[in-house]
Amino acid sequence: MTLAEVPTRIVYSRPEVLDKRVTHYCPGCTHGVAHRLVAEVLEEMGEVENAIGVASVGCSVFIYNYFNIDFVEAAHGRAPAMATGIKRLLPDRTVFTYQGDGDLASIGMGEIVGAASRGEKITVIFLNNANYGMTGGQMAPTTLPGQKTTSSPYGKDAARFGKPFRIEDAYSGFDMGYLARGALVGAANINRAKKMIRKAFEKHMDNQGLCYVELLSPCPTNWNLAPLKAKDFLLEEMTKHFPLGEFKGGDAK
Amino acid sequence: MAKQLIKGNTAVAEAALRAGLEGYFGYPITPQTELLEHLSARMPELGRPFVQAESELGAINMVYGAACTGKRVMTSSSSPGVSLMMEGLSYIAGTEVPMVLVDVVRGGPGLGNIAPAQGDYNQIVHGGGHGDYHMIVLAPASVQEAVDLTALAFDLAEKYRTITCIMMDGSIGQMMEPAELPPMQPLRTEIPDWAVRGAKNGDKRVLTSINLDPPAQEVMNLRLMKRWQEIEANEVRYKGYFLEDAEYVVVGFGTAGRIALSAVRAAREEGIKIGLLRPITVAPFPIDVLDELTEKVKAFLVVEMNAGQMFEDVRLVVRGRKPVEFFGRMGGVVPFPDEVLTEIHRLVGTPQTTEGSPRDRWLARLAETIG
Ligand SMILES: Cc1ncc(C[n+]2csc(CCOP(=O)(O)OP(=O)(O)O)c2C)c(N)n1
Ligand code: SF4
Repeated sequence: MTLAEVPTRIVYSRPEVLDKRVTHYCPGCTHGVAHRLVAEVLEEMGEVENAIGVASVGCSVFIYNYFNIDFVEAAHGRAPAMATGIKRLLPDRTVFTYQGDGDLASIGMGEIVGAASRGEKITVIFLNNANYGMTGGQMAPTTLPGQKTTSSPYGKDAARFGKPFRIEDAYSGFDMGYLARGALVGAANINRAKKMIRKAFEKHMDNQGLCYVELLSPCPTNWNLAPLKAKDFLLEEMTKHFPLGEFKGGDAK
Repeated sequence: MAKQLIKGNTAVAEAALRAGLEGYFGYPITPQTELLEHLSARMPELGRPFVQAESELGAINMVYGAACTGKRVMTSSSSPGVSLMMEGLSYIAGTEVPMVLVDVVRGGPGLGNIAPAQGDYNQIVHGGGHGDYHMIVLAPASVQEAVDLTALAFDLAEKYRTITCIMMDGSIGQMMEPAELPPMQPLRTEIPDWAVRGAKNGDKRVLTSINLDPPAQEVMNLRLMKRWQEIEANEVRYKGYFLEDAEYVVVGFGTAGRIALSAVRAAREEGIKIGLLRPITVAPFPIDVLDELTEKVKAFLVVEMNAGQMFEDVRLVVRGRKPVEFFGRMGGVVPFPDEVLTEIHRLVGTPQTTEGSPRDRWLARLAETIG
């Protein structure tokens, strides 16, 4: 067999639903990885033309510039309410929000709890980078105890500002279709995260209630760490407070 | 269709439904709640979405999302709830998607009370949310008028891709009056081109209010302002009573306008040449008619259930050419026609001036009556 005769196989290509443009994210940021996973899942499920995304306020505010799907842009924290409005009016569409931790776990806590408690049939992609990225790295409810941010310069004092917010504890009583936490560093984690996203969209389209995937993501810029160090911090420190796995609707149960 | 005795809130809810309401999102608050309750029964009956939201913040953002699908959607609330909606209203205005808001105004500020008031004029008419935007604001003075304005509210919102607010005082919402409801309209079938629906063939639509480039954002602002000028040119609505030969004119909207009408009628019986101008669209404000009246009359009296919010708009039109006096009751107190008549007697019977502060003069008089 000559080299020309070796069969070629495409192992990776850019999902068509993603626009060919450079993202505005910092080096080492995994917002782009999360976008790609969502894009791949929508494409593989044949949901591209059926999907409506709800962007949130944070570094991912311009997510709609990268996706060739319909999008709306919510006010800070209100994406689950907006998604509710869209899904109720267009019940056969795939409606998802894409939110950061300041957006979802702080200012938007009311809207996400409301949507979860009503069992709203939407998918929520929640990117947790333990701080407010866009505004320059302030403390969030997800910030780790002792973690220094621009608004916790002495390290977060959990006694005064609370322990990291963990959705699986907070929402244990809600009837949710799916609830899982993945991480966006390392090939194995990324593959697993994609499976979670796929499962969330499938259960959402099967009308099983609110489906939720949290994705731990490094924010090298605001963590003041080089990308590789940020990756280590995520795996070594962040996962201590935010265990990876499926908490509701997973295969294990 | 025959008239029936019906409560304002229920009537507006039913009128909205019959105008083809496709989605309702709200939160309980007195004196608006019957509206939400009525739709909680009627919408599911017709297979249309009804959601009692977790808060007014949730409700307005659900409406925001639903409006992005191009369907007929609305929410309703009362003053404190509407305050909470201001963020969403600004976003909706900035995204140029149509919706209807019903504000059944109650006494404030703060938690205030559940009595009828008009203290939301400023936050509704002059924009309680951030940035430059306007809503069309309709102010009915009876249950029938509220019903009639409901379908119009949707038509105007959709025509101009804007928010229309039906601002009615708690009394219109709570009062039972005979009213004729419109027949049931079929739901609209066409989806506006801008509405999100899922991008077929990569033909995607993005609805957003963010624009990081100031010159581009200014262009967007300009578009909103031009649209508002068009609304001002075409959509002014008001009712004039006895204006033909009037030497004095009372200006009042909603319930205050209706009470003032009783006083004006009584004054007419006494031979006083007085009329009433009752704006139906408080935004756009009936500037031209007021301007014409300014040339003709001796003085104006503005009557409101607040501390003189529309009063400022009247003064802007009159521009000191004629005296403009003010009479208001606040905090949920509804004036009696007799009180307005007394004010009319004072307006007509004592020399009026364009000097000094009419509001100070009114507060001094009010202090004498209520201590
Ligand atoms: C009502 C309101 N308050 C505050 C802000 C400012 N703001 C913009 S983005 C942001 C934080 C976003 O952080 P997060 O959700 O964690 O997303 P990230 O940027 O980290 O991806 C804040 C506070 C705003 N836009 N609106
Ligand atoms: S600030 Fe953080 S979250 Fe935002 S783009 Fe940069 S690395 Fe990503």
